[in-house]
This record gives sequence, C-alpha cells and structure tokens, in this order.
Amino acid sequence: MSSERERLMDTVVVVGAGLAGLRACEGLRQKGYSGRLVLVGDEVHDPYDRPPLSKQFLAGTVALEQVMLRSAEELGGLGLELRMGPEHRARRLDVAAGVVELEDGEELAFDGLVLATGSRARHLPGTEHLPGVFTLRSLDDAVSLKAVLESGARLLVVGAGFIGMEVAATARALGAAVTVVEPLEVPLGRVIGPLAGEALTRLHEAHGVRLLLGRGVASLEATPGGLRAELDDGTTLEADAVLVGIGAVPNVEWLDGSGLEIEESGVICDSTLEAAPGVVVAGDIARWPYVKSERVRLEHRTNAAEQGEHAAASLLGSREPFSTVPYVWSDQYDVKIQLLGIPRPTDDCEVLEGSFEEGSCLAVYGRQGSFTAAIGFHKARSLMRLRPLFLRGATFDEARTALG
Amino acid sequence: MKIRVDPDRCQGHARCFGLAPELFEIDDYGLSTVVGDGRVPPELEERARLAIANCPEYAIDDCS
Ligand SMILES: Cc1cc2nc3c(=O)[nH]c(=O)nc-3n(C[C@H](O)[C@H](O)[C@H](O)COP(=O)(O)OP(=O)(O)OC[C@H]3O[C@@H](n4cnc5c(N)ncnc54)[C@H](O)[C@@H]3O)c2cc1C
Repeated sequence: MSSERERLMDTVVVVGAGLAGLRACEGLRQKGYSGRLVLVGDEVHDPYDRPPLSKQFLAGTVALEQVMLRSAEELGGLGLELRMGPEHRARRLDVAAGVVELEDGEELAFDGLVLATGSRARHLPGTEHLPGVFTLRSLDDAVSLKAVLESGARLLVVGAGFIGMEVAATARALGAAVTVVEPLEVPLGRVIGPLAGEALTRLHEAHGVRLLLGRGVASLEATPGGLRAELDDGTTLEADAVLVGIGAVPNVEWLDGSGLEIEESGVICDSTLEAAPGVVVAGDIARWPYVKSERVRLEHRTNAAEQGEHAAASLLGSREPFSTVPYVWSDQYDVKIQLLGIPRPTDDCEVLEGSFEEGSCLAVYGRQGSFTAAIGFHKARSLMRLRPLFLRGATFDEARTALG
Repeated sequence: MKIRVDPDRCQGHARCFGLAPELFEIDDYGLSTVVGDGRVPPELEERARLAIANCPEYAIDDCS
C-alpha cells in the first residue's frame, strides 16, 4: 500500500511501548512503511501483556517469558529505533512543530506520530509510599505483589473492580485470607450492574472472601505488625498487605499544551483515530466516536490491539472508520466472565440462558429499546453468537429472542 | 490457506468463533478447534486472517 501520506513520511514516532504501541509498529511495517520508526517507552521491559499480571502470572502458573508480547527476534525484525526507560519518557509534544521532547532532553522530529501511552493505577491519596500498599499496573508491580501473597497472608483489597476481584480470586487460590472493601453495593457495579454484580458477590463469598460492601476506606496507616485500615463506618481491619484497585488514570497530562484536545482524560480523535493531521491515537487514551457518534474511551486489551493496528493504517492514509464490538473478559476462580458492548448499571438486564445462581449464565442489556451489551459467565459460545447483532445495531427485542 | 489452534494457548475467548463461525468450533468454555482439517476456502481467507489477528492469546496460526 503506498499512499500520498506514506511517501511524505520519513520518521514515525510511536509513544508508549505497550500493546497498542507495539501493534501500531507492526501495522506500519505490515502495510509497507519502511522509513525510520522510533518506539518510545518509559518502562525498561520489552512490550508485555497486562491481563496475566492479575491472573496466571500472579498465581505463578505462567512464567515471565510468557508475559512478553514478542520475542527479541520478532522485535528485532521490526527495525525499530528504541528509546526505552524512564529517561526516555515523553514529556512534551508540539503538534504544530512536529516535535516530541523526551525526559533526557532529546527532541524527536516526526512526520507521523502514534500516541499510545495507556494508563496508570490510581492511588489512595497519601498511601503511595506506605510499605505493604500495592497497586497493580506494571510487571514490576506484579512481581512485588506476588512476593507477599503467600498462604496465610492477610490481604485487604480496596475496590471491587476488575483488578481487585481478580487479585482477590488469585490470592484465595494461593491461600491468603482476603477482605474486599467497596463503596458500591456489588462488585463491578459501575460496569455490569446489580444483577451480575450480585452473582460475583456470591461467587467470591463461596470461595471464602470477606466482602465489605457499601463502605469505603477512611484511613490507612502502618502499624508495627503491618497495616491498619479504618472504614467510614468505624470498622478497623488489620492486614499484611493492601491492594488498591480503584481504577486507572490515562497518561495524558504530558499532552497539555500540545494543541490536542483532551476530554474526560482521553485524547479526542475522529472515527479513523486521527487527532490531528499526522497524529493518531490508540488504546486506553483514545476517545473516539462509538455508536451514534457518542465518544467513548475503553480500557480493554482487544481494543488496544485493534486500535494500534487501525491507527497505523490511518497514519498511512486510510480513511476507513474504526469499528468494533467492545470486548472485555475477566477470569475469577474457574469462571470466565465475558462482556460484549458497553452496558450501563441502569440498563435493563435479562437472562437468556442458565442463571446467575448456578454460575453459568448469559444475559443481555438494553436501553430505550437498543441492545447495549451482553454478559456471559461460562457462556463463550452463546455470547459470541450475539456478536453479529451488535454490528448491525439490533434492538433489545431482537437480542432477547436471537438464541431461542 | 490452512489454520490451526494451539490448545495450550487458547483461553476460551471465542472471538474467532464470533468473527468466523464457519471456521471454528467451540465448546461452552469457549475452547476453540478448527472445523475439519483447518483448510480455509478462498472466500473465507479474509475472515481467517481477522480471527488470527484478533485472538487475544495469539493461539491461532496460519500453517499452510
Ligand atoms: C493487571 C491488569 C489486568 C488486566 N486484565 C484485563 C483483561 O482481563 N481483559 C482486558 O480486556 N483488559 C485487561 N486489562 C486492561 C489492558 O491491559 C489495557 O487496556 C491495555 O494494556 C491497554 O494497552 P495500551 O497499549 O493502551 O496501554 P498500556 O498497556 O498502559 O501501555 C502504555 C505504555 O506507555 C508507557 N508510557 C506512559 N506514558 C509515557 C510517556 N509519557 N512516554 C513514554 N512511555 C509512556 C507506559 O508506561 C506503558 O508501558 C488489564 C490491565 C491490568 C493492569
């Protein structure tokens, strides 16, 4: 493929060496871009995969090598100029001048730019440096957390989101005593709503997790024997380790003053993932028009992979809009939870197969007659049969009867 | 074109089945196997490539 744009590009800079950045590099090469390609990343590791960090890697069933996204040979084959490590963190972008400035002062002039800086874990204010308090985003975080999750350890999980619940499940499997504190009434309440959320409560309680719902952590302090948390209802809890899983913050602050528009912590881009001429965005930081042009930002692995590749094509001149069916999964104990689409907690939710009580269940979500999402617990096959319905914008009624 | 699924890598996302139901069989855990011997008719090659690119576990490959 050789387009106008490609002939004009001598240097493409990709900022962020995670999945989206990697797939963008691969996409550029696959589509024939043979110019200079610089990959900038602030971690010392080659690109690696994050989902196993709260699951198989933390459990010890998957080794470090298996978490790496590509082998050294595969990376070598891409012909990249690497700028890896904290000293190469991108700290400033000037879109009009076409320059990215790195932490060590290097100025990289580009003809094309891919932004893929992902997100970082949100901290409980004031607890960042307390020994025994962890967040989980990077490989280094996972290695540190893994070292304290031994049999008998008392783990307090703050926040019942995806990461909190996955770590709770993994820690139980390792024999730790686990307590989860969450201000909402059910785990993942903001994502999957009350019905599926209650099923998660039952799942975790059946595995011996103590869930303290509807309550938040008021304070957290170090004690001679470990850590003590005080909840907003006065309860105190002692723990050896605390995992804070209260969400992720997109890494977009460095783009202040760049000339790009940021909305709700995402870089606004058009349907081709372009944010400005010659500047494309992919992964956790991209805010793009989804159904009915409503802009969304997704923190899903498959989205990062698909957008990385799509952004590369757009940079080379393709005007194809990015379209996808949002997909995220979570492994908790032996249950694979899969979600298609983007539900809201207030959507109608109807069970089509099985039941949440028995742990194998397929349910669909709807809002004002539209089919918005589907969730499966151990229902991969039926769930994926609903995928085509999203692509053609089916109604909630059609979805409810599709498998009958 | 001929494809195969690595059973050790497959984690049951069933995305391949969602994208190309003609080419993959899956069970209720989502674990995938190719239909028949994995040979892909020319008109489905594009779909096969889509499935390969979208497998979160890189469990599908072109072994032709
Ligand atoms: C523990 C864990 C488990 C997960 N499990 C699942 C799951 O089961 N299913 C699912 O769908 N999703 C899951 N996710 C989410 C998924 O991993 C992310 O959506 C995905 O990693 C996003 O990819 P990305 O490339 O956009 O960003 P990232 O993976 O965050 O990569 C961005 C990279 O850019 C670097 N960077 C940031 N700022 C700069 C800068 N200024 N200069 C240079 N480099 C910079 C970052 O350090 C990072 O290396 C999980 C995430 C975590 C942390």
